[in-house]
Amino acid sequence: MSKLHVQTRVNGEACEFLCDPRQSLLDSLRDELGLTGTKEGCTTGDCGACSVLLDGRLVCSCLVLAPEAEGREITTVEGVAQGEALHPVQKKILEHAALQCGVCTPGIVVAAKALIDRHPNPTEEQARYWLAGNLCRCTGYDKILRAVLDAAAEMRGEV
Amino acid sequence: MSQKRSFQQVGTRPIRHDGIDKVTGRANFGADFSLPGMLWGRVLRSPHAHAKILSIDTTKAEASEGVKAVISGVDFPAISPSSSDGQTDFRDLSRNVMAREKVLYHGHPIAAVAATSKQLADEALEKIIVEYELLKPVLSLDEALAPGATILHDDLKTRGADPPSEEPTNVASRIELGRGDPEAAFATADVIVDREFTTQMVHQGYIEPHAVVARTNEDGQSLIWCTTQGPFMIRAYCARLLGLDASKIRVTPSEIGGGFGGKTTVYVEPLAVLLSQRSGRPVKMVMTREEVFRATGPASGTRIRVKLGAKNDGTLVAGTAEMYYEAGAFKGSAVAAGAMCLFASYDLQDFRIEGYDVVLNKPKVAAYRAPGGPMAVFASESVMDELAEKLEIDPIDFRLHNAAREGVQATYGPKFNVIGLIETLEAAREHPHYKAPLGPNQGRGLGCGFWFNAGMQSTASVSLNEDGTAVVVSGCPDIGGSRTSLALMAAEELGIPVERVRPVVGDTETVGVNDGTGGSRVTFATGMAVIEAAQKVVQELRERAAAIWGVEVDQVGWQEGRAQPKDGGEHEPLDIETIARRAGRTGGPITASSSLTARGAGPSFATHICDVEVDPETGFVRVVRYTAIQDAGKAIHPGYVEGQFQGGAAQGIGWALNEAFVFDDEGKLENPGFLDYRIPVASDLPMIDTLIIEVPNPRHPYGVRGVGETPIVAPLAAVANALHNATGARLRDLPMSPPRVLDAIDSVR
Repeated sequence: MSKLHVQTRVNGEACEFLCDPRQSLLDSLRDELGLTGTKEGCTTGDCGACSVLLDGRLVCSCLVLAPEAEGREITTVEGVAQGEALHPVQKKILEHAALQCGVCTPGIVVAAKALIDRHPNPTEEQARYWLAGNLCRCTGYDKILRAVLDAAAEMRGEV
Repeated sequence: MSQKRSFQQVGTRPIRHDGIDKVTGRANFGADFSLPGMLWGRVLRSPHAHAKILSIDTTKAEASEGVKAVISGVDFPAISPSSSDGQTDFRDLSRNVMAREKVLYHGHPIAAVAATSKQLADEALEKIIVEYELLKPVLSLDEALAPGATILHDDLKTRGADPPSEEPTNVASRIELGRGDPEAAFATADVIVDREFTTQMVHQGYIEPHAVVARTNEDGQSLIWCTTQGPFMIRAYCARLLGLDASKIRVTPSEIGGGFGGKTTVYVEPLAVLLSQRSGRPVKMVMTREEVFRATGPASGTRIRVKLGAKNDGTLVAGTAEMYYEAGAFKGSAVAAGAMCLFASYDLQDFRIEGYDVVLNKPKVAAYRAPGGPMAVFASESVMDELAEKLEIDPIDFRLHNAAREGVQATYGPKFNVIGLIETLEAAREHPHYKAPLGPNQGRGLGCGFWFNAGMQSTASVSLNEDGTAVVVSGCPDIGGSRTSLALMAAEELGIPVERVRPVVGDTETVGVNDGTGGSRVTFATGMAVIEAAQKVVQELRERAAAIWGVEVDQVGWQEGRAQPKDGGEHEPLDIETIARRAGRTGGPITASSSLTARGAGPSFATHICDVEVDPETGFVRVVRYTAIQDAGKAIHPGYVEGQFQGGAAQGIGWALNEAFVFDDEGKLENPGFLDYRIPVASDLPMIDTLIIEVPNPRHPYGVRGVGETPIVAPLAAVANALHNATGARLRDLPMSPPRVLDAIDSVR
């Protein structure tokens, strides 16, 4: 099967790649573009490890076909920090020891950033439901929730 | 460790050294590694739970586009029936990674293909023709144990049976544990509770699937990059299964995306090596989520009967138990550990436990966090709760009255050294959670947990850089922050900030043998090796300072990262940077390593308090408050110790309420995905409060006890006991799903 040429923007940079028409965006990011920060946990949209932003909207990249990225804006975990400056969510995850194995962490970083972008002052319940699609088997979510709420507070200038 | 030591670094909460790599996505996990010219390997798996393999025809697959190698059972060396290292039967292991005469579970590997793309490999799999003769699958303990049961293995006889079995059977072993005269002791009891419990197979549910890249060089050396809890285990197992010398295999562990015991064996690694040998190309294999659920180790389903008797004053007098554990397709459940764990929290002098390891047509079980323990303690702690209720004694007081303590002979054999069960129970009694009011349809339950913890082999080296910073190398993959706990211990000994210590997980050729990351052993045992190696470095630093000053080494002390003259000596202190810079001129680079088999792993005990709210209309159970209290001995990095408590509690809550493998009548796994095998998500759980108790382990230089496994032992019973207090009903079958809860509520209405 001949490959498709896809033009897109990834983490603010113009970007193009070739893909099998059946390939997922997740596989293209990882295998064609070498952006392995986005993790594969299930390929069925159940675990959230492959969360990315597509035109600012949170999606599981395993459920998006790579050709659908044509002309769109993608943010992966690699694009969350600004140069050497970590995003407050990343910083707070580190400060709160809110990761153990860390394989879910990139997806959680992207999802939590999207949450705070949309709801700058989330309640714990809002954050729990927003992150319900991001499975973590290690932490029991306690420290993750504390980190995300703390990051939101910092971004509101309350800390 | 006789008295409490004061620490500068240990007990603080620094940011982990690998943290930035993990929050930015730079960390390389199993599937993130690739090599030029790499092929993709895929596995053909059995669509049947039990069948004879009549023939496998791979010719069409071999001729398929892009295919460079195809392997099946005939390509593996024969392994003699008695080949075992005492823990692992290599003949069984070889047949688990690739079926031979029979397939024994839905998902059992039949053949594997390496091709130039994933898609071409998948297409080739469809061209492999396998003829089966279907056999009746054995899917429950009852079916496996029934007279005339279908037999999985014609050569399996019951080990430890009395009298020994003559005929082949599905019972792989019988174990017995006990002392005293429980029957006579039961006669002195005022209250006896005798109950049966069942649990289903559950999966470790790590988020990262198994992944490997293997490359075999022209000189016959195979390089393996993979996600594992034990790179040395991968080396040893691949060598055994493929008939290679260990020196022909080098294993580099990737970052590991969870394991919980499930990554302590091999699945795709030997296949990738064999495919790379055959193709002459690097081969990458990544399991799908469905493959992970169908064909990697769950924990046993169990049936456990527990009988306990007590006197009216609350003294336990006797106990018996019968335990049946599903091993899956090959022998080797954790029934023995479960039996040893069952009554371990209590001072019980007259008891007997029988345990049975039973094979059936389900995936071979693997270790899962405190293997064997949670199901056993679900049964015993539920019976303890019922006894306390009948005796009208507060459940904490009842447990305190019978609690294991220093000097008590454990039910699993040795006398307890200093342990912290009583401290966790007393802390629970004083905790605001235990006194907080409950709302309507809410109930509170308690569970105690215990785990032995392991020591085993560790090697670590500590090297000083020219600028006085240090590198710590061990061979234990960091699954939950252990790099930083090891760095903290080195920093403590050297007297330098933890940020000036860089911890590294080595591969099998850069560091001596380390047993795997499991058994709650890394911070305890590898920590000991780090402490010893760092102490050797400090000794060397003192010797260099003595040489520079022209004094005897015993006149040089080491404090706050500096050589200080003792006994009124007048030299200016020499800091570590200065000594390191001059090392080349005072005797050469400064480095030391330590290898040991760690003894004295202190058991860790926990008390968990759980509040649930039950919807009487739907049977839905929600955990509304949870507190995990556990003895860590000494918490090296309290943040990550708390994380272990919380993660174990969450897994236990999932096991109690939602999680179970569901098989259809043919033995096909019906829920091989996270949608239907539902581990707890953020909205399912409350905040999980923690309280770290520190009763130092006298046999560790800092007092450390392993903490990783105990936290999953207590929650099953804590949830069940809370549910009882909310509804009046006792659930003895897991998971406590809404239909079961509704039935139970109806039965007590």
